[in-house]
Amino acid sequence: MSPFLSSLWSSVGKKAMMGLTGLLMIGFLVEHLIGNLLLVFAEPATFNRYAHALTSMGGVLIVAEWILIIILAAHVVSAISVSLGKMRARPEGYKKKASAGPPSRKSVSSMTMIYTGIVLFIFLILHLNTFKYGPNYTTEVDGVVMRDLYKLVYEVFAQPGYTVGYVVIMTLLGFHLRHGFWSAFQSLGLNHPNYYKTLNTLGIFVALLLAFGFIGIPIWIYLSS
Amino acid sequence: MDRISLTLKVWRQKGPSEPGRLVSYELKDISTHMSFLEMLDVLNEQLIHKGEEPVEFDNDCREGICGMCSLVINGLPHGPQKSTATCQLHMRKFRDGETITIEPFRAKGFPIIKDLVVDRSAFDRIIQAGGYVSMNAGGAPDANNIPIAKEIADEAMDAAACIGCGACVAACPNASASLFTAAKISQLALLPQGHPERKRRARAMVAQMDAEGFGDCSNHAECEAVCPKNISILHIARMKREYLRTIFTA
Repeated sequence: MSPFLSSLWSSVGKKAMMGLTGLLMIGFLVEHLIGNLLLVFAEPATFNRYAHALTSMGGVLIVAEWILIIILAAHVVSAISVSLGKMRARPEGYKKKASAGPPSRKSVSSMTMIYTGIVLFIFLILHLNTFKYGPNYTTEVDGVVMRDLYKLVYEVFAQPGYTVGYVVIMTLLGFHLRHGFWSAFQSLGLNHPNYYKTLNTLGIFVALLLAFGFIGIPIWIYLSS
Repeated sequence: MDRISLTLKVWRQKGPSEPGRLVSYELKDISTHMSFLEMLDVLNEQLIHKGEEPVEFDNDCREGICGMCSLVINGLPHGPQKSTATCQLHMRKFRDGETITIEPFRAKGFPIIKDLVVDRSAFDRIIQAGGYVSMNAGGAPDANNIPIAKEIADEAMDAAACIGCGACVAACPNASASLFTAAKISQLALLPQGHPERKRRARAMVAQMDAEGFGDCSNHAECEAVCPKNISILHIARMKREYLRTIFTA
């Protein structure tokens, strides 16, 4: 293995990669949430035009999708490696285990990262299957025939099962981000006494913002349909 | 109350590859002014009188500075009192009639030798990999030859307070040795004497830490909470900076 790759695969490199890809995916989620707000605050045509503009980007879209896939893959591979390493590093556990309390940051969210991560990964596949590869309704906006994604979204979230499922999984996303956000900065070596507290507060804010944002939209659609 | 009775559940294991188990012992009339290790001395005296094998446990200075004592007491490395090594923990921290579970530090990098004694020489090998500055020995240099800002000196001293006990590994859900390794990398990275070798040091110490079979750091910060010297995980952030710098600079 080249020195660069072996450094990247060291305990420090792996976690830096996980942090960086995590932050990039948070960036994607923020963009995704802003786009989704069109479902609530804009006309169906505006949302469909936005979706149509994204899917009409051709090569750019394909490159963007591959970048996202690579980011996700790096995140998943390092997560699996950290979890397997954890099992190897303590073959026999404690008979009695306690938590030390502050300044420890160990929490439900920090201890369940791999589980919330697995659920979110499975959710992602189902989510793409429901919408991206879901039924292809068409509509005409300003003389252009395009996919009526708005109709599909409203149809899906009219079903209580889907809405409840999304609420539960987006809550888990909140837990994942609660530990993930500040932890990414720590793993990248960007934590510092001057902004340790701020990063934590910001982590709670980001987790709440994204979780409630993605929970609010399906609930709003369910209630309005 | 000055005297208490206790039930101890102590991990007994005859050797490195023998199976171990928790064994219960009743102790009566224990002075609350005793240290935890003195309480174990009393237990061992009683075992010897009964012709049983005493419990092996590590200890040396018994004044919180050598880093030799260990033990996971009721699920916490060095027991319930913060910023305190086991040797400085006193029995007044426990209630009359309490059951205390005592286990060794558990990690692949810290194999059990016997009972509560683990082999922590992995830490020596991490230090040997780069936890030093190379210089030609000679007369001691003048104390203030190289001026160092007070805040930097303080921060380096905070990291240097590490006694290498291994409680960070014992407490870590991943059995990571990041806090120990980071304390030394951070201390030397802060001081001008450490600068010439900082890249080689960060690479070598992290590589040795990984080779010893410790887990990865998931930023739970349990290590900081059990550290008898209160070493902050911000030193781990500095270790990451030091290491990542070696990847992206020549």
